Amino acid sequence: MSENIRFHFDVDGENFTSAGEASVAVKKKLRQLGYPPDVIRKVSIAMYEGEINMVIHADGGTADVEVRDDEIVIVLADHGPGIPNVELAMQEGYSTARDNIRALGFGAGMGLPNMKKYTDDMVIDTEVGVGTTITMKVNL
Amino acid sequence: MNLSELCDAIGLKIVAGNPGEAGWDGVYAGDLLSRAMSHVKADNLWITIMCNTNVIAVASLTEAAAVILAEGVELLPEALDAAVDNGITVLSSDKTVNELCIAIHEAER
Repeated sequence: MSENIRFHFDVDGENFTSAGEASVAVKKKLRQLGYPPDVIRKVSIAMYEGEINMVIHADGGTADVEVRDDEIVIVLADHGPGIPNVELAMQEGYSTARDNIRALGFGAGMGLPNMKKYTDDMVIDTEVGVGTTITMKVNL
Repeated sequence: MNLSELCDAIGLKIVAGNPGEAGWDGVYAGDLLSRAMSHVKADNLWITIMCNTNVIAVASLTEAAAVILAEGVELLPEALDAAVDNGITVLSSDKTVNELCIAIHEAER
C-alpha cells in the first residue's frame, strides 16, 4: 500500500486577497490525480468555506488535506474565538460577519451549512477562547 | 452559440481571458459568494456585481465558463491579476443583472 498524499497550507488571517488559494491548489492537485469531478467539487466547496471562515473569524489557521484510499480528509484548525453556539452557527442564514466582510460578498450564513452539505462527515471541535478544529471527510 | 459570439450579440466587453469558441451551459446570477459557490455549476455563466479577488476564486473552484460583471462594474486590479493567473474569462456589461439574463436568454433562442 502506498503512502497517503498529504497537503498542508497556512491560511493567512484577514487576507482576503489570497483567501481561497489553498482550496484552488487542492482542486488542481485532485484534478491532476484524476479524481471524479463531483468529488473535487465537494472538496473544493467545503474547503473554501472553511478557509474563508478562518480568515473572517479566526485570524487564519491551518488546512491539512489527506487523500486516503477510500476518503479525502480535510482538517481545518484555528486558534480563533471558538463557536459559542454550534447549533445556531449551523443554521442557514445565521452569520456574525461584520458589515465590511459582507460588502465583499461573504456573510451569507451558508459557510458551515455548505461544509456539512458537501461532505459525508463533519465534526466540529470548538472551545470558546481556544479555537476550532473542523474535520471533514468526503468518501471516494 | 459560443462565448465569443455571445459577446458580439449582446455587447459584452472582454476584461480577462479569451472567450474564443468556448461554450457555456446555463446561467447563475447572484452576489453572495457562498450561494454562488454552491449554485454555480461547471460551464455556467456567472453574472455578478462583485469585483474582488474572491470572485475569481469562486469562479475557478466552480469551473464557471465565465464571470460577467454587470452594471459597468470593473474588476479590482488584484482580481484582474488573479483572473489572468488562473485563466478565468471575465466579461463585463453596462446592463443590469436582469437585463443581462434577458439578453442572454434571447441570444440563445
